[in-house]
Amino acid sequence: MSSDYEISDDENEYYDEEDDEMEVDYDDGSASEIEVDAFGDDFKVAVRSERKLYEVDYTSLSQPEIEKIMQTDVDHISGIFGVEPAVAAQLLRHMNWNKERLIEKYMDNASSVAVAAGVELPPREPTPPPPKASSSRLSSTGPQRTTRRTTAENLKSSPKSKRTTPLVEESKEFVCPICFDDTQTEFMSLICEHKFCASCWKEYITSKVRTEAECKIACMAEDCNIVALDPFVEKALGDDRETWTRYQELLVRQFVSCIPHLKFCPYPSCTHTVSCPSAATKSSLITMVPIVTCGASNTHVFCFGCPIDTDHRPVVCAVAKMWLQKCRDDSETANWIKSNTKECSKCQSTIEKNGGCNHMTCKKCKYEFCWVCMGPWTEHGTSWYSCNRYEEKNSVDARDAQTKSRASLERYLHYYNRWANHEQSAKLSMELYTKTEKKMEEMQVTSELTWIQVQFMKKAVDVVFRCRMTLKWTYAMAYYLASGNEKELFEDNQRDLERAVEELSELIEAPIDPETIMTLRQKVTDKTVYVQKRNEIMLEDTAKGYLEGRWKWNVTVEGFDSA
Amino acid sequence: MAVSTRRLQKELADIKRDGTPVGITLLSAEDFATWYLSVEVLGNTVYEGEKFALKFRFDGQYPISAPAVQFVVDDTYQAPVHPHVYSNGHICASILGSEWSPVLSVVSVCVTIQSMLASCKKKERPPDNDRYVSHAPENPKKTRWDFHDDKYVPSSPRRSTVSVLTISRRSV
Repeated sequence: MSSDYEISDDENEYYDEEDDEMEVDYDDGSASEIEVDAFGDDFKVAVRSERKLYEVDYTSLSQPEIEKIMQTDVDHISGIFGVEPAVAAQLLRHMNWNKERLIEKYMDNASSVAVAAGVELPPREPTPPPPKASSSRLSSTGPQRTTRRTTAENLKSSPKSKRTTPLVEESKEFVCPICFDDTQTEFMSLICEHKFCASCWKEYITSKVRTEAECKIACMAEDCNIVALDPFVEKALGDDRETWTRYQELLVRQFVSCIPHLKFCPYPSCTHTVSCPSAATKSSLITMVPIVTCGASNTHVFCFGCPIDTDHRPVVCAVAKMWLQKCRDDSETANWIKSNTKECSKCQSTIEKNGGCNHMTCKKCKYEFCWVCMGPWTEHGTSWYSCNRYEEKNSVDARDAQTKSRASLERYLHYYNRWANHEQSAKLSMELYTKTEKKMEEMQVTSELTWIQVQFMKKAVDVVFRCRMTLKWTYAMAYYLASGNEKELFEDNQRDLERAVEELSELIEAPIDPETIMTLRQKVTDKTVYVQKRNEIMLEDTAKGYLEGRWKWNVTVEGFDSA
Repeated sequence: MAVSTRRLQKELADIKRDGTPVGITLLSAEDFATWYLSVEVLGNTVYEGEKFALKFRFDGQYPISAPAVQFVVDDTYQAPVHPHVYSNGHICASILGSEWSPVLSVVSVCVTIQSMLASCKKKERPPDNDRYVSHAPENPKKTRWDFHDDKYVPSSPRRSTVSVLTISRRSV
């Protein structure tokens, strides 16, 4: 544990750097609020500089910034172990960037770590050499490029531990054992001395990086564990800068995936990373919904805590996941079948009764039975529409089970329909906006209105969209909330927000003409402010509830005390 | 000339000159896209007296990427009953996937599969055979295998030529 001191020292440095970044980013964040403020007259929403309860502290980092952090770690390890930076980088990657563990293990047995990481050849002799000796050997692991002319030179510098039977004879008739192309003159090998031609290396690395998205390039020889270090990869790729760039991106991704407080932006081809230390642990996810936006674009909104690529506030990750799972799986289809169909008691065919009397004849096996009690029809005589055997125990049981699954289905559908409805309405309002925008553009030409005066519509649609997303997720939350006062309060907030959103929706759908636009504008603007406020209350109160542990679920939710 | 063609020419020339290891015979190699080889497991094994055929398919990426290898299942040949071989002929072997190395060759793949069969103690299909076969892609390379340590042959070491095996896999 003697290494502890050094680590903490370094981490201080690391976090200082992050703090700086954070401030820079914070400025970015408030810049967007200033944009809102441009319509200062219309929207008197207080621009508060401090973070809201339902927001989370985070920093967006670009790829070069992450590379800088990686470089700091590499330099640190390189300095302590006295190895080349490329070796240090590979050691860190091998240990998933857990510096503390790397230092501990390396101090314990440098050679075994280096062998496992693929930067040192496994020892030929049964007892590993003392760590001192190995670290000096590690510093000579740059790319070794040989041509026919320099073969002799290469022989001189080859390590002591040589294969007893060389794979290929080191004569001038050397042919690459992969392509057998005797016109190749340039060969490269890693410290294991497995020689292949430069063009095979290039093709191999390109295939690994491009097709397999793999940044760990092992030697091409069978069962060889030696890893190609960065300078070797760069040299082998030569003028293929595109693959080299992709390789570097993969390295950054590997680093980010190892660090709990970092997450790569999930948007296609985005290379930004978000750092969110407060949401780095699993236990933190029961008190917050860490929705973040990467620095590349303000549309790159995602959840830091789970793989859902949208803003799922106010529902915590575990509940959101359960809900999406429920919507996807067939549990409610099964429920529908259970509550709407019965099985023929003879051949078990599933039957849906869509009208008619209770005298059923199975289409498949021609069995005649009573729909109500499921007993054979012969015992019923002429009671076509009422079954006097209704109260028998097994028919009571059957009905109870059916009532239960019907109730469960109805409950689910209640929430699901509202969930789906908000999703649908949000989409429609975006479509409406595109239409309205066209109209507004026309109005700018035909009337005296200026650009800024017709912008209220855009703002209103944005707010409706955002609030519908909130509402959508509140239905997922309400489905799982245990009944009680807390749920009622939650539903009150939900209802207030919903009513406000619907009213605003109606307003923005109103026809626009130059005479009424000023009154409409005033109405829409006022309503937008109100809706925003309701949304804030909804989110704020749920966030507070999480912190206070106020929300109780009707099912067991991961991380929470059981229901 | 494409690398794959040159390489296969060389492999074919080697086979013609030096022959193939015992139990392995080249059945046909009419082009550089598909080859057939037969494999017999010699000695006292559960496959005594049986003969299997392997179908190799090469793309332009060979030998950088592995060939598609499977047992032939037709009127003449059947896939061996083995915990790593599905009844449609697909083989779950790590050297055909994540542990492929460009220095391996057609013959060395045959030898590996031969020794995989030789080490088998009990003839049985993979536990998920039916499920896999009903959804399997035509080309085994399209299946993404997850290789697990072999629980069927506990004595076989992790990195021996005998392959390590699947429990789960995802179709891609």
